[in-house]
Amino acid sequence: MEISINAETIFYIGDFPVTNSLLATSLIVVVLAVVTFIGTRNMKSKPKGLQNVLEMIVESIHKLTHNVIDNNKVAKIIFPLIATFFIFIIVNNWAGLIPGFGSIGVYEMKEGHEVFVPLLRSANADLNTTIMLSLLSVIVIQIIGIAIIGPMKYSKKFFNFSSPILFFVGILELISEFIKVISFSFRLFGNVFAGEVLLVVITMLVPYILPIPFYGLELFVGFIQALVFTMLTLVFIKMATIEAH
Amino acid sequence: MEPESAKFIGAALAIGLGALGPGIGLGLLAGKGLEAIGRNPEASSKIQTNMILMGAFTEAIAIYALVVALIIKFV
Repeated sequence: MEISINAETIFYIGDFPVTNSLLATSLIVVVLAVVTFIGTRNMKSKPKGLQNVLEMIVESIHKLTHNVIDNNKVAKIIFPLIATFFIFIIVNNWAGLIPGFGSIGVYEMKEGHEVFVPLLRSANADLNTTIMLSLLSVIVIQIIGIAIIGPMKYSKKFFNFSSPILFFVGILELISEFIKVISFSFRLFGNVFAGEVLLVVITMLVPYILPIPFYGLELFVGFIQALVFTMLTLVFIKMATIEAH
Repeated sequence: MEPESAKFIGAALAIGLGALGPGIGLGLLAGKGLEAIGRNPEASSKIQTNMILMGAFTEAIAIYALVVALIIKFV
């Protein structure tokens, strides 16, 4: 039973290593694009079938965004990013449960002994993907904050010289912004990777019947983590547009 | 003590002790949340949304401990 924290490279394009999670992510992106293309050609006013499902998903994310962020202008600007976060994370999490992810692979020689390298790996089980998502999220939060309330008022939140206590609080807020990157990425990575490890261990111990409730748990956790990532980004964006007291 | 056994003990302690705090925290969160829903069923959807959000924050601490345990064991 082999579990590795970092995603294994499968092949090299020139000097660039292509890992199995990169392969899986590219596949998922192509699948998403094809599904959206099929669902939105011949768009009708009264949607049926695939277009109806896609509209349902987009509408619920739209309602969530506009509920949390009252400012209509900001909600309009931020909605595509929020929808991308949610759909990307949830589809990647659920796709990691499809049979074949982590089990279809090749045997390679590494440092003398043979290791099994799976060809596909859930995207969020790779720390690179989650750090990318969290960096994106935190940078967008800063940009929205500076754009909406202006750079002077925004930096007053972190560098507050009116009293020693407030100065210390400002420094803590600044550190907390950097901690958000780590917190976002490790929450998502830990949940998805630990779920993978759990499934591998359970399947090794009792291969029949018993993994079923754990797959249910993984489905639930995948959905909740996508929802939490999206909602936390929304809440932090809303807090970034509030001026310091 | 050999490094292998120290690794095992370290990983077990990391996740075992690390899950204590979040376990108590989540229990408190759930208790207060359900009490609030019981008092005021109309605000139930707002309370539920916030409960899930705060649950994710608290759960993240347990996940940090789990990641440290995995790193100790597998890296």
